[in-house]
Amino acid sequence: MTESTPLVSVRELAKTYHVGEVEVPALLGVSLSIQAGEFVALTGPSGSGKSTFMHVLGCLDRPTAGSYHLNGRDVSRLSKRELSGVRNHEIGFVFQGFNLLPRTSALENVELPMLYGSPVSAKERRRRAAAALEAVGLGSRMDHHPNQLSGGQQQRVAIARALVNDPSLLLADEPTGNLDSRTSIEVMGIFQRLNTERQITIVLVTHEADIAEYATRVVGFRDGRVRLDQAVARRRHAGDELRRFDAEAEALSA
Amino acid sequence: MSPIVTLSIAVGALRRNAMRTALTALGLVIGVAAVIVMVALGTGAQSSIESGIRNAGTNVVTISAGSNAFGPVRQGTGNTTTLTAADAQAIAQEVEGIRYISPGANTRQQVIAEASNWNTQIQGAGSDLPAIRAWSLQYGAFFSSQDVLSAAKVAVLGSVVRDQLFGPGTDPTGATIRIKNQPFRVLGVLTSKGQAAMGPDQDDTVMLPYTTVQKKLLGITHLQNITLSMGDGVSFDRVSEPIAALLRTRHQLTAGAPDDFTIRSLEEMASVLTATTTTMTWLLASIAAVSLLVGGIGIMNIMLVSVTERTREIGLRLSVGARDIDVLLQFLVEALVLSLAGGALGVALGFAAAFGVRRIMQWSALVTPGAVLMSFGCAAAVGIFFGFYPARKAAALDPIDALRYE
Repeated sequence: MTESTPLVSVRELAKTYHVGEVEVPALLGVSLSIQAGEFVALTGPSGSGKSTFMHVLGCLDRPTAGSYHLNGRDVSRLSKRELSGVRNHEIGFVFQGFNLLPRTSALENVELPMLYGSPVSAKERRRRAAAALEAVGLGSRMDHHPNQLSGGQQQRVAIARALVNDPSLLLADEPTGNLDSRTSIEVMGIFQRLNTERQITIVLVTHEADIAEYATRVVGFRDGRVRLDQAVARRRHAGDELRRFDAEAEALSA
Repeated sequence: MSPIVTLSIAVGALRRNAMRTALTALGLVIGVAAVIVMVALGTGAQSSIESGIRNAGTNVVTISAGSNAFGPVRQGTGNTTTLTAADAQAIAQEVEGIRYISPGANTRQQVIAEASNWNTQIQGAGSDLPAIRAWSLQYGAFFSSQDVLSAAKVAVLGSVVRDQLFGPGTDPTGATIRIKNQPFRVLGVLTSKGQAAMGPDQDDTVMLPYTTVQKKLLGITHLQNITLSMGDGVSFDRVSEPIAALLRTRHQLTAGAPDDFTIRSLEEMASVLTATTTTMTWLLASIAAVSLLVGGIGIMNIMLVSVTERTREIGLRLSVGARDIDVLLQFLVEALVLSLAGGALGVALGFAAAFGVRRIMQWSALVTPGAVLMSFGCAAAVGIFFGFYPARKAAALDPIDALRYE
């Protein structure tokens, strides 16, 4: 981890949408650096610009103004084709709605990113997809289809898919939004483990304050600007939370 | 992305909606099969006409008495009495390029054997008719030029007449038949030729010397027709014009008078027939091609539905690094696989249907490689053409909008 070259470096980033004749500003000059190995939570109410910011970070969208350096490379002016390559190699996405292909096995879902970009042999695809599923604790359910998996398991397949190409940046957009409390803690536990054990840089978008406390740093958005940027004072640890949650549940049922 | 991966993604997507895939492909299956069957029927009709003509002899020219040309008084062919055996002799002597010639006088009579009788076509001919028609004998021999000269009461039977009078497969050589109360000695039986392309069964006939028909049966001195064969490499025009000039002189026709005879070659008739069936084939095939087009529209419809349905999938693929061209190819290959599978099944169904038509309806149907290639190619073209618009629509999707699509 070198302080001199941050993984993500954005300067005066602005994004304006054109809805018919009306210009809708979504980002009004955001400057931010994220070091490799950080676990950052982006928070803010809806319309604050946090999702737009994540789309730019994920190279799904291009900024109207400002610069964005990823791994020291300016990606804010790349063509659509080049952005596809960046998404393929450098970035892994986890969505609120999982976005798994229906009637397709977990293994094949995880193999998906390797079908694009530089060619990977079928055998190697299978090996890497299996390894990614093992890493999220789904080694025994590789042949299951999404409809045979619980919400938490589906999200873990999605995390495995995001990791399979060894990205530098893992982006999670409300990853616990469709999950119950206990499963949410489990999924956050996986993120924490990946962050500490494998030094994977994670940027998480959430509007839930307690979910943000699993991260190491919180960046608050409001009206297209960064209003808050601080380290998490009392960080939650998924392992402890899970034990406490189960104890409470037991006490209630007793 | 490698072509194999693209193909396997397409096949996977089609298999996930097996029922819908099958129904969509059905449109093309029917279209392709219809084109193949229609072309097969047309080609079959054409080839049966051609083989019929070949059977009758390709270098054969017929001169019929009378003319169907427009004139003040139109007489049907056959009512004219100006064509004579002397004309035939003159043609044989004076026109070059003629190999064999046979005067003809026909009638329809009841033919009686011991136990049975049969109404048939009596053909009076010269002794060279088998050589002109390339007609061999199953039993016995044809009558000789001596028989013709002497107007002998001899007969050669067609196989149908033999079957009716003496029983199928028998050899009645030497037996006696009666026509108009006169006894005729059977000299032989002609080999079966089968149904002609047009007109009566060629085997339902009795052949006598034309002189016998003229003198013993009809009491006439004229002919109804003259059949002749041309030498190798001799064109119809090269004989028809001298014959026409000769006959006009011999019949003392004035310059403005219409011909009192008609000269036709079988080949010329064949080409008219072939042209007609070709037109019919194309007509039928283009009607069938409309169903191919409708099948293609079905594919486009389903692909559009599929693109809309899978908007989130497209968004996901874009987010994990698919380029727009990858998405375009994915949907295009899907449409192509669908149409090619439909095309292949259509070819199989077309073959089966053509075979069925041949077996059940006894029509001649000929599946040609050209028709198969053409309809299969049309199916592929339909797939690409109608698959392109939905595929381009999919590729043009914005990844964020696609991911958020509900």
